[in-house]
Amino acid sequence: MFDFIKDNLILNDPLILGANVSIAFTVVAVVAVLTYFKKWKWLWTEWITSVDHKKIGIMYIIAALLMLFRGGVDALLMRAQLTVPDNDFLSSQHYNEIFTTHGTIMILFMAMPFLIGLMNVAVPLQIGARDVAFPYLNNLSFWAFMIGAMIFNISFVFGGSPDAGWTNYAPLAVEGSSGPGINYYLMGLQISGIGTLLTGINFVVTIIKMRAPGMTLLRMPMFTWTTLITAFIIVFAFPILTVTLALMTFDRLFGSHFFTLAGGGNSMLWANLFWLWGHPEVYIVVLPAFGIFSEIIATFSRKTLFGYKSMIISLVAISGLSFVVWVHHFFTMGGTAAVNSVFSITTMAIAIPTGIKIFNWLGTLYKGRIEVTTPMLWSLAFIPTFLIGGVTGVMLGMAAADFQYHNNYFLVAHFHYTLIAGVVFACFAGLIYWYPKMFGLKMNERIGRWAFWFFTIGFNVCFLPQFILGFAGMPRRVYTYGAEDGWTALNVVSTIGGFAMGVAFLIFVYNVYYSYRFEKRETTGDAWGGRTLEWATTTAVPPHYNFSKLPEVTGVDTFWYSKQDGHALKIDEKPEVEYKPIHMPSNSGTPFIMSIFFFIAGFGLVFEIWWMAILGGIGTVGCMAYRSMTSSKQDEGYYVTVEEIKELENPTNREA
Amino acid sequence: MFNKFKPFLIILISLISLFVIVILGAGTDMIILNPKGPVGEIQKDLIMLSIYYMLAIMIVVLSFFTFIVIKYRKGKNGDYQPNMHGSNKLEIIWTLIPVAIVIALSIPNTQALYELKEAPKATAHKEPIVIHATAVDWKWVFSYPEENVETVNYVNVPTGHPVLFKISAADSMASFWVPELGGQIYGMPGMMNEMYLQADHDGVYDGRNSNFTGEGMAQQKFDFVAMSDDEYNAWVKDAQENEPKLTKEQYEKLLLPGSSDKMTFSSTHLEYVDHGKMGSADYAMKVREKYGVKEKSKHGESDQEMDHDMDHSDMDHSDMDHSDMDHSDMDMDSSDSHEHAH
Repeated sequence: MFDFIKDNLILNDPLILGANVSIAFTVVAVVAVLTYFKKWKWLWTEWITSVDHKKIGIMYIIAALLMLFRGGVDALLMRAQLTVPDNDFLSSQHYNEIFTTHGTIMILFMAMPFLIGLMNVAVPLQIGARDVAFPYLNNLSFWAFMIGAMIFNISFVFGGSPDAGWTNYAPLAVEGSSGPGINYYLMGLQISGIGTLLTGINFVVTIIKMRAPGMTLLRMPMFTWTTLITAFIIVFAFPILTVTLALMTFDRLFGSHFFTLAGGGNSMLWANLFWLWGHPEVYIVVLPAFGIFSEIIATFSRKTLFGYKSMIISLVAISGLSFVVWVHHFFTMGGTAAVNSVFSITTMAIAIPTGIKIFNWLGTLYKGRIEVTTPMLWSLAFIPTFLIGGVTGVMLGMAAADFQYHNNYFLVAHFHYTLIAGVVFACFAGLIYWYPKMFGLKMNERIGRWAFWFFTIGFNVCFLPQFILGFAGMPRRVYTYGAEDGWTALNVVSTIGGFAMGVAFLIFVYNVYYSYRFEKRETTGDAWGGRTLEWATTTAVPPHYNFSKLPEVTGVDTFWYSKQDGHALKIDEKPEVEYKPIHMPSNSGTPFIMSIFFFIAGFGLVFEIWWMAILGGIGTVGCMAYRSMTSSKQDEGYYVTVEEIKELENPTNREA
Repeated sequence: MFNKFKPFLIILISLISLFVIVILGAGTDMIILNPKGPVGEIQKDLIMLSIYYMLAIMIVVLSFFTFIVIKYRKGKNGDYQPNMHGSNKLEIIWTLIPVAIVIALSIPNTQALYELKEAPKATAHKEPIVIHATAVDWKWVFSYPEENVETVNYVNVPTGHPVLFKISAADSMASFWVPELGGQIYGMPGMMNEMYLQADHDGVYDGRNSNFTGEGMAQQKFDFVAMSDDEYNAWVKDAQENEPKLTKEQYEKLLLPGSSDKMTFSSTHLEYVDHGKMGSADYAMKVREKYGVKEKSKHGESDQEMDHDMDHSDMDHSDMDHSDMDHSDMDMDSSDSHEHAH
């Protein structure tokens, strides 16, 4: 056992050694602080076993911010390596591991959980529900995601990281990469993918079944709409990923030949299956972002969303198209002219519904009373920046031209323009927007602006030059280049921009601390003058049951119009209201324990330690059996008494 | 530092950044937009066409955006219509315009796709030269089946003559790309892709693998050398007469992962294997098994076991004079002595 640890702990790389040491210190510090303040029990009962959607959402967001840090450091290391030609700051192998983990982490462990976190916080509130449809499952979703992310992250200090790119193309990933790296990739994605799939199912059912009285589908807020469509995409796309990862796991661990070169395997099958999931995945992260922008732009324009119905139609159109464009990821795989034409057209066609959305947002701003708060700043910046991502996407969609851009920095610049301007801007905007709902205080606006400007200017300085580098013929994923290539100056600029984004992140984190210390507590529950039901809950931090009395919905933006009419939906303004006991689900520790077994099984499979894998498997199945046998008892839940509701709804107790 | 927030500073920094990027961009040699052959020309025309369309769209949207955001800011006296919820007329207009643009771009795109499948029009009367390009980790092997010549990491072609590349790979999926002439297309084991290229001017063009194939991918480059017909014919003749034959053993050693010098042979590997044929996908794997070559290892102590590692010093791109190279002294194991740097 000692030998096993000694063999796999990476100590020969100063960068990783530094990370090892800092991780060790952090773990010791966290354990010490929790023990000193006797917070273990609090952590267990209030957070780990919680089935409250808001707390799960917050945990998702914290995890996502940590992953943003990790993925961001990866990005800065890459930028540092590429700043000057013939740099030997990172070796080729190390660089390959870093861009692989950067891509995987940013998409799967940062963007998606961040948005799922915001969905968890906002969607049940927006539809006037007390929780999601399956609270127990929601907790399991989070822990499965978290454990998957942890397995993936351990790779960089223990055994070696995956190094075949985030697309993990066979045969490189099967026969070209030894060691545990690719196994980590397969297990990390597999386990967190289970969590995501469960979330998808959970949100489909929640939104279909748990809407407040009167909230028809065509009265739902836009973020709920995008969440619903996203959840459907997840339900259709993630099983593909699950099967694909399982097939490669068989290839790597059990000697099957699905994607191998040997034994008649077909390595191109991986590319097809990967992108059959991977392209919809892009829309899994972009659609909720669109939803967030719709909410924020409508709120701060003080106007109804323009073209509500065409927004929904375009949403559905995008989700449908997202499944029929995957071949554009390999226009250069030698398809016939006819095949490439068809997929070119479907790809470019995505610009049509996206264009409708952009114009609808402009329409929402038009004749509004625009208030430029920080969430609104992020949302406004999204429009021109995402536009650049969108039009370059159309350029890439033209297969004959794509032959030239494919695999060069033009492509890199394009997808960062869509994913950062689309998704990361939305994550920041959404977090700041719903921050008062989650924590009962606004983030500081002034510091927020600094973070914003550092980030957006840094972002453009980083990625605009990469379009030009693409035209200058710089291929992606090279760890170094020669001075004679003539790419140096633009790379220097790009790196400066990258570091500005890093500074922005630090300012943002400082803002969390600053706001916690100094910002005024928010008590009304309606911090921004909102339009949708999440702002109708009585307190800034909603009590675990959300609504003491379920609201009645009569149209789009009911809350806004009821405020206009002078009577808010808020219950406390009608003191004579009669409360009824509220039924809520109980906490459960089983999902967490089950996820620990997931971890044991996953880790065992990564290193082919069979007893460990079997132990983890038995434990997982055991937890399922336990849950099956006790579910009737656990699902009984408990009642929040009328006295407790009165206590919690009393305005004097509202200070968060 | 967060106390004073000065908008003019932001505008200033933004403008300076943009200015610097534009200046540097103007000074960069954008080789894709300055092609040296008919294939790249087709692609450049298409790219420029799309750029014009996209600029037009951006100008329209950004003007609207700027106008609206400035005019309807809170505190300004724009007319406020909080309940304006849509307009069928407008929504139909901004659905139809992108539809028209997509159609307008799809037509030339489809035309270009069909055009690229065939030899360039201007030289279609000439019989194309057929060259097999095979990607191996991390080198390029070129076989001239008709001339019975094989080269490694460089390819000589006559200027103004269509060349039909038949592209495959021995191991990882690679991509064949000569940015100044056009491209690119994947090379995959057990499959054959075809691509026409043609250089209209004599010269040496950088070619490379642009798809990620692991550790040595950045060095997986080759020189695409365009020369006059006479020079080309002389080179072929010279190679046929003076270069050694490619033995099976030598070829098998080429299939082991690692970089390589430029090489020339007077026979091709196609007599042993055609990697583009179905059923030959695992040929390189079998060879590696035979030589006991493990795939590259990871971090950790097994690093020392690595035999066929990359060696950057082997790569000599400045050496354009192929006749100087001493092929008899070819040493495939030279990289053994080099340490793996982590």
